[in-house]
Amino acid sequence: MVEEAIANLYPEQEMRCPVHLSIGQEAAAVGVCDGLRSGDLAVSGHRSHAHYLAKGGSLKRLLAELYGRSTGCTGGLGGSMHLTDLSAGFLAATPIVGSSVPVAVGAAFSAKARGSDRLVTIFVGDGAMETGVVHESLNFAVVHNLPVLFCCENNLYSVYSPMEVRQPGHRTIADLAAGHGIRTSAGDGNDAEEVAVLADDAYRSIRAGEGPVFLELSTYRWREHCGPNYDNDIGYRSLDEFDLWRANDPIEVLAARGVWSQRASDTEEIASEIHLAVEFARESPFPDPETVRYPVLHRSVS
Amino acid sequence: MNRSLNYGEAIREALDQSLSDDPDVVVMGLGVPDPKGVFGSTLGLQERHGPERVMDIPLSENAVTGVALGCAATGMRPVLVHQRVDFTLTAFEQVVNQVAKWRFMFNDQMSVPMVIRMVVGRGWGQGPQHSQSLQALFAHIPGLRVIMPTTAHDAKGMMIAAIRSDDPVVCLEHRWLYSIEDEVPESRYVVPLDEARIVRSGTDITLVGVSYMTLECLAAADMLAEAGLSAEVVDLRSIRPLDTSAIVSSVERTSRLLIVDNGHVVGGVSAEIVAAVVEQAFSHLEVAPERMGFPDYPTPTSPALADDYYPLPHQIAMRASEMLGKRFSFQPIDRGERRLDQPHPAYQGPF
Repeated sequence: MVEEAIANLYPEQEMRCPVHLSIGQEAAAVGVCDGLRSGDLAVSGHRSHAHYLAKGGSLKRLLAELYGRSTGCTGGLGGSMHLTDLSAGFLAATPIVGSSVPVAVGAAFSAKARGSDRLVTIFVGDGAMETGVVHESLNFAVVHNLPVLFCCENNLYSVYSPMEVRQPGHRTIADLAAGHGIRTSAGDGNDAEEVAVLADDAYRSIRAGEGPVFLELSTYRWREHCGPNYDNDIGYRSLDEFDLWRANDPIEVLAARGVWSQRASDTEEIASEIHLAVEFARESPFPDPETVRYPVLHRSVS
Repeated sequence: MNRSLNYGEAIREALDQSLSDDPDVVVMGLGVPDPKGVFGSTLGLQERHGPERVMDIPLSENAVTGVALGCAATGMRPVLVHQRVDFTLTAFEQVVNQVAKWRFMFNDQMSVPMVIRMVVGRGWGQGPQHSQSLQALFAHIPGLRVIMPTTAHDAKGMMIAAIRSDDPVVCLEHRWLYSIEDEVPESRYVVPLDEARIVRSGTDITLVGVSYMTLECLAAADMLAEAGLSAEVVDLRSIRPLDTSAIVSSVERTSRLLIVDNGHVVGGVSAEIVAAVVEQAFSHLEVAPERMGFPDYPTPTSPALADDYYPLPHQIAMRASEMLGKRFSFQPIDRGERRLDQPHPAYQGPF
């Protein structure tokens, strides 16, 4: 509902930053974050709203950030592509594909080195699996037996480029990761319950000191890569494919099983929270270029 | 009692003391615990502080830079070591997109106290991919501190300061400085990360040296003195931020500026210094500032060609005297057994 609200408001042109909406991919975020403790950390990439919210990130500060306000989670310096909420354990999201992965591994290294029981979850997409740095990071995490879960949401497209032009069809992403000697599993990324079971199983072994785990979750992006619209009309994917995934709506999956129902009162409560967050954002001041203090360098050590 | 250490030993002592003082300091890099110990700068540190804190890495400079950032953002103070600047380029994405911007893009909610050491190669055929001196590339990026200590004394003090700094610090260390000794106190001391130093006072011209070129400037100043000309030599030490006030005040005294960079002239640090001096001290200048440095092509490998690549003291002296309107014929330094691609006869490469 948050992402739907953003999509509805985006054409007003008051949110003046790129947005990569998570609509269709919510179950992976919810299921994976469900088993994280408050002291655990999550890290993400460009499509991070769902991860931020599922880890408990402030909705008000997310909306304020999209609106470029000083009350935003990065005070207007980052926008949608640079989210953080340290109080919720959402360490960071940055949008260069694959680039935030070693940072998450470093946070896991630090947790282990400092004797904390913290674990770190890093969210990536199928495209990130084609970057060198992700493989360097997987290797490092395995060599150092780090407490980190690599969660790969495979939504079949990198912007508009389909899997078949990017990766060979005769192996899965989980197979690729397994080459690093990491424990892997895979499942339906649109089924939050299944995801939670897989993630909890991963967390149990990670917390037992058995090293990192790689989880591949199949899912689908409903809207355009970047922006608020549907884009099934521009010809990079078929309507049949879209309809197939839409029938596998993460919320409908739970509803059909009776796990969750969209009761009117629940929906109203969420809508009201979103409304308040949008109001908060819109009423918040913009950062003032005259008084803003850009954090670039600290004072020199003397 | 005064004590001498060479540059590598001085850095080693800075790392050793920092590891002892702060349990959050870790040192990582390819070859850090190996028998060579990065030209001596990490020798014995793993034995003293353990493999959990002083460690080798997979050949994954990009990821390990991100790992260091993840450590730094969550409370540690990692020191990352690369045996050549050139190797760091595989990690440029992390350095520029993440390390330099982390504190900024998360609005000061996290800092990145990390040090990235890298060695500038020279001589013995280091060639196109083992001798680049890319301080200007790093200095272009807001959010990084970039230092190039010249003396062993400064190397120790600036390394301690870099580790204690809450900013990411890029430290470029010239390979030929490693064997040079200097007076280095045993105590823990800090040399500021943003101050140039006047290493020789003079009145006729300001020579600004970068890293090893500071030593060449000092040798040139000796030659100039014999010809009755007085050169002031400034060791730049900090590339970013630039200590423009020290250079400007020197130029205000001497009215002439010659910069000798250990790096390419085109698009280099020397251009930034000239710009600052022209902007701030234009009326003090008697003649246009001049620049020397690496030519506009990569480093060739053959000694026959590499010998012609680097500014030499007699060439610096020549250029300085021309700026003073004099025509002297300065002779190359008598190197005895030493070839031009060796800092001293004992250096026989290969790395």
